[in-house]
Amino acid sequence: MGKLTIGCFPGLVGNMSYDFALKLAEAAKDKGHDVDVWFSGNATGSIAAGQKHLKDYSTAEQHLTRLMEKGVKFCTCEACSVARGVKKDSSIEGVIWNAMHWYLGSIHGADRVLQIGGE
Amino acid sequence: MGDVSCAFVVQKPQYKGETSRLAITHAISYQTVEILLDDGDTVTPTLNFIGEGVLGLSQSQKAMENYGITSTENHMMNCCLVDLEVNVCKEDLEKYGIDPATLPDAEEMGADVSINVVPMADIKAKIDAARHVLIF
Repeated sequence: MGKLTIGCFPGLVGNMSYDFALKLAEAAKDKGHDVDVWFSGNATGSIAAGQKHLKDYSTAEQHLTRLMEKGVKFCTCEACSVARGVKKDSSIEGVIWNAMHWYLGSIHGADRVLQIGGE
Repeated sequence: MGDVSCAFVVQKPQYKGETSRLAITHAISYQTVEILLDDGDTVTPTLNFIGEGVLGLSQSQKAMENYGITSTENHMMNCCLVDLEVNVCKEDLEKYGIDPATLPDAEEMGADVSINVVPMADIKAKIDAARHVLIF
């Protein structure tokens, strides 16, 4: 089995690319691959804990939690996160906080990289 | 595993979006990735500007005055200071009427490298040679 690294930059609300990234991550994990997901840019707004699932809006918390239980690693860009007012102590438990070199480090060991650009 | 090459390709204009800036900062982070890797392992990026990505690379930017953020010019100078290979598409500079002489330079700050203005064919070759391609 291989390793897939996904760079996810789009926001949770406003487009479907974020949803695609998570669904792809889950499909790859279900096939037995290792999967790392790097959140940067607007995607980092999705790691706030306590998201209320209003039915008119996408939510990420339940999906991220489920995927982490399956073994998918999520890492958020600390600078992008705090710039959006997302704080570590009020973010989803299990999400890694690091800097951009985490993404490059994951890329180094990846068989495939999918960069999903954002806004 | 040794060295892994990555081609960062910027095709969006600076300031209009966040990701074109993030391409630059992610590429620069190759300088510190080794703390996460085994001895001897490295990541070598190239940073390539094509299409509208060549916009906003000129000198004398007033980003702090106008937007309250650091300028792309500063980031490009930082690229030179950390020996990052930066390639800007010659044909696209001509298309937008940008004089290559107006691109940022960090020579006075002690940089050993400068921004390369190269034909698109050379950028395609960089992309072909890279193990991973990241398009912003």
